[in-house]
Amino acid sequence: MSHLDGSIRGGQKPRATLGSIIYSKTFRTIATQVVMAALVVMAGLFLYNNVVENLRAQSIATGFGFLQQDAQFDIGETPIAYNATDSYARAFLVGLLNTLRVSAAGILLATILGFSVGFARVSSNWLLSKVATGYVEIVRNVPVILQVIFWAVVLRNLPGAREAIDFGGFAFLTNRGLSFAVPATDPIHGPIIYACLAGIVLSILGGYLARRHREKTGRYISMLWPSIGLIFGLPALVWLLGGAPTALSVPALKGFNFRGGVTISPEFTALLIGIALYASGFIAEIVRAGLQATPTGQIEAARSIGLRTRFVMRYVVLPQALRVIVPPLTSQYVSLIKNSSIAVVVGYPDLVNIGNTAMNQTGQAVEAIAVMMMVYLTVSLITSTFMNVYNRLVAIKER
Amino acid sequence: MTNIFKSLSYGALIGVATLATTAQADSGDTLASVKSRGEVLCGVHPARHGFAAPDSQGNWAGLEVDYCRAIAAAIFGDADKVRFVALSSQQRFPAIQSGEVDVLVRNVTATLGRDTALGLNFAPPVFYTGTGFLVHAGSGVETVEDLDGATICVAPGSTTERNVAQIFASRGMEYTPVVIENNKQLVDAYVTGRCDALTKDKAALPGVRAYDTTDPEEHVLLPGIFSKEPLAPAVRQGDDQWYDIVKWVVYATFNAEELGVTSENAEEMRSSDDVDVMSLLGTTGDYGSKLGLTEDWAYDVITQVGNYAEIYDRHFGPDSPVQLDRDLNTQWTDGGLLYGFPIK
Repeated sequence: MSHLDGSIRGGQKPRATLGSIIYSKTFRTIATQVVMAALVVMAGLFLYNNVVENLRAQSIATGFGFLQQDAQFDIGETPIAYNATDSYARAFLVGLLNTLRVSAAGILLATILGFSVGFARVSSNWLLSKVATGYVEIVRNVPVILQVIFWAVVLRNLPGAREAIDFGGFAFLTNRGLSFAVPATDPIHGPIIYACLAGIVLSILGGYLARRHREKTGRYISMLWPSIGLIFGLPALVWLLGGAPTALSVPALKGFNFRGGVTISPEFTALLIGIALYASGFIAEIVRAGLQATPTGQIEAARSIGLRTRFVMRYVVLPQALRVIVPPLTSQYVSLIKNSSIAVVVGYPDLVNIGNTAMNQTGQAVEAIAVMMMVYLTVSLITSTFMNVYNRLVAIKER
Repeated sequence: MTNIFKSLSYGALIGVATLATTAQADSGDTLASVKSRGEVLCGVHPARHGFAAPDSQGNWAGLEVDYCRAIAAAIFGDADKVRFVALSSQQRFPAIQSGEVDVLVRNVTATLGRDTALGLNFAPPVFYTGTGFLVHAGSGVETVEDLDGATICVAPGSTTERNVAQIFASRGMEYTPVVIENNKQLVDAYVTGRCDALTKDKAALPGVRAYDTTDPEEHVLLPGIFSKEPLAPAVRQGDDQWYDIVKWVVYATFNAEELGVTSENAEEMRSSDDVDVMSLLGTTGDYGSKLGLTEDWAYDVITQVGNYAEIYDRHFGPDSPVQLDRDLNTQWTDGGLLYGFPIK
């Protein structure tokens, strides 16, 4: 519109007539898009109305009212308090949190593995690079659902609770999962977590200041040890101030299962390993491509000015490689999140698993699927947005 | 990924199919479309031994499968004019709602919620059962009370999932559910000891023990039936004639047992002068045409499929691999729940 307004107000161009507006390129572009948008919205409304009317004609209940009803079923793993008298809405929330939990752990694991294997693939060590190639070919070319089932079967065939594999009385591995001792609940735990978060924020700030300093004076300050000190030292200090509680909650066999401590279920582990290994194969290839995209001349030039080897990687290769790596990495993260819906096959109570149950209990398939679709769409879009912001940070800035 | 896609495609299926099939569901001409198609589309369980599962020759066999055949026999005089559509728990309701199948005889528990919110009508139950538990022999579990703190394997989308929550809550006990959709994975999780117990409709458990475990002797059915699970054929609401046909096919098998009419003696019973037998076999009255069928519809059902006792014994009787006491599934005259409404 600004172009149109400008030409009218400018007075130098011919006066705007109806014809000139209709034939103007700007008007046509906008008009076409408005018409297209209207058609899409109308088609959507038509389909929606049809579904609602037909469902009503068949006496099938519609609407999202069921979300307020009691769910009346239990869930095996609940990051927040939940029981069968809670609502379907809360059950969906539990499912969402479980999806996020396994996705976040999966992204972390896949990134660490993928980057390690990616670096190993371009390594000059023949054996290392061949092993990495073999790994990539295996995890990339076996369907992810088979990998998840494979790990589920492996974990299920571990010994039962009474024949648990004992790690010094503090951790036990059974077909019910890995149970390990954790510090007994103490009011100081909250402040310790905040101290750790503060340590992370301070290290990032310190790294930023150190870089500013380096760019101004050319003098390098290593922030490695100060960062470690902040991230681990601060929580330790808070722990000491809190009276240094050392009580442990140790898992013990009671009845059918281990009670006390923390248990990581085989379903979670199988799903996590399955989707993370699968994604790590693709990430390794993306990292390799990124590293190889950096011209050799850049590395030679960096070496010729006497830059230390680890600085070559950090300040010359990686910044250029990340520009190539980040966009496809984003797709891998998004597809890992979607792959977590394989949970249904092994019985991890993720969003889809719980959504399916809700759908079957209430029969409200359209609504339950709409909820699931909206959640996946939102989570995927948020992930992409974060990665796009990061991409802008590492992208070439042309000045 | 496959599962979200499966769910999504079913959502799309409901959406599109409701658009496409509303006319059929409203105007009540399921019978006409079945006749013009030349076969009944019957939604069955993919693998529940005793109810519906392919046998060693690859033919569908089971009590519910026989009810699909009985409906075909009543309509076409030919029990083979039926196509079986194997449906998972989550597929079953969209499939009947959208018209993908004409009737659902698939271990569906008749409940008020399903009757009202899902747009279904339930014919008389063909099987009365309830939640049961299978446990490992030698685990020391003898009653359901011994399961406090146990891990329980359960299939999603079943009334069982709710029952087990209620059974444990009402006894003040705790448990951890492991919910796995795929039946093979579910049974495998139980057999390898991931779960202390497997819960399903009690009538389904002997089949699991006989067919899905490596050593049936290693597993014990806990005594008692928990919860009410009347398993009934379901049809879409709004087609009274079709609903009547399914309903009376079920009653015909009950009445035949009560009157002593079997697939063996139905021919000679045709000359009976007992008016109840005559009405059933169509030698008097016009009960068949009132349903929109031939007069000897029930004769075809009984000669080709059998009466209730014959159907039951074929799949759950002493000579079948899946043996189960008739329990509640006996005639009202024997203290059971089978009570065929009279044909008159």
